[in-house]
Amino acid sequence: MIKNGTTDGNSTPARPRPLSPNIQIYRPQLTSVLSIANRITGLILSLGAVGLVIWLGAAAAGPQAYGVVQSLIGSWAGQVALFGCTFAFFLHLCGGIRHLVWDTVHGFELRSIYISGWTVVVCSVALTVTAWVISLFIAGWPQ
Amino acid sequence: MNRRSFRSPLARALGLGSAKSGAQHWWAQRVSAIALVPLCLWFVVSIVAHAGSDYAVFVAWIRTPLATSCMVLLLIALFHHSALGLQVVIEDYVHSDVRFAAIVAIRLGCYGLAVIGIIATLHIAFGG
Repeated sequence: MIKNGTTDGNSTPARPRPLSPNIQIYRPQLTSVLSIANRITGLILSLGAVGLVIWLGAAAAGPQAYGVVQSLIGSWAGQVALFGCTFAFFLHLCGGIRHLVWDTVHGFELRSIYISGWTVVVCSVALTVTAWVISLFIAGWPQ
Repeated sequence: MNRRSFRSPLARALGLGSAKSGAQHWWAQRVSAIALVPLCLWFVVSIVAHAGSDYAVFVAWIRTPLATSCMVLLLIALFHHSALGLQVVIEDYVHSDVRFAAIVAIRLGCYGLAVIGIIATLHIAFGG
């Protein structure tokens, strides 16, 4: 064994080797948060896609089955889930468009990345609120 | 050809590198994403426009040729994109023998759900 912590490869090092900063100790930044959010919203939307198939299947089965699914969506938990899916959809859509722009080798400067990042956040919040306000307006405000 | 390159002309032409595959996955994910932009916007606008409507109105909407076509296209693009995306998530986090089985299960699940959704849509559109 050599001095100063280097080893022969079988024994453990005297000092733990430095690790690259990972998600547990790295300060969250807009860039990393949006990157992770794009993946999480993708997973949520995959579950939402299962819901879409259940909804279509119920509609194909008849008015009774459709009524059951509609009442589930209309429930308090259903509305929260639908609102979450709406926001996940708009965040994934805006984030996806940002990725498609990056694929054309544009907008890689740090300033552009932050401008596009905040644009994604603002647009997805605005689109979610707009979609819900219009749909509540069309359906009639809940009593 | 660059003298310093160790890559054969065939490897250069194929352009896949040591991973052997991946370019097709990358392209399919982008193409399905571009297809999903108008289809999803159509879906959200339609759902918002039909908020609070009953079964008869919903069925009448699905039965229109535009809605039937768009719904079938949406289901194909959505589940294709979903299968590709979930595959990347599995490849990033699952490192055991389960990985292959998980990818196969995701593929079968996504394409199965797409078929169920398409059949349901066509049943509403053309069923008695």
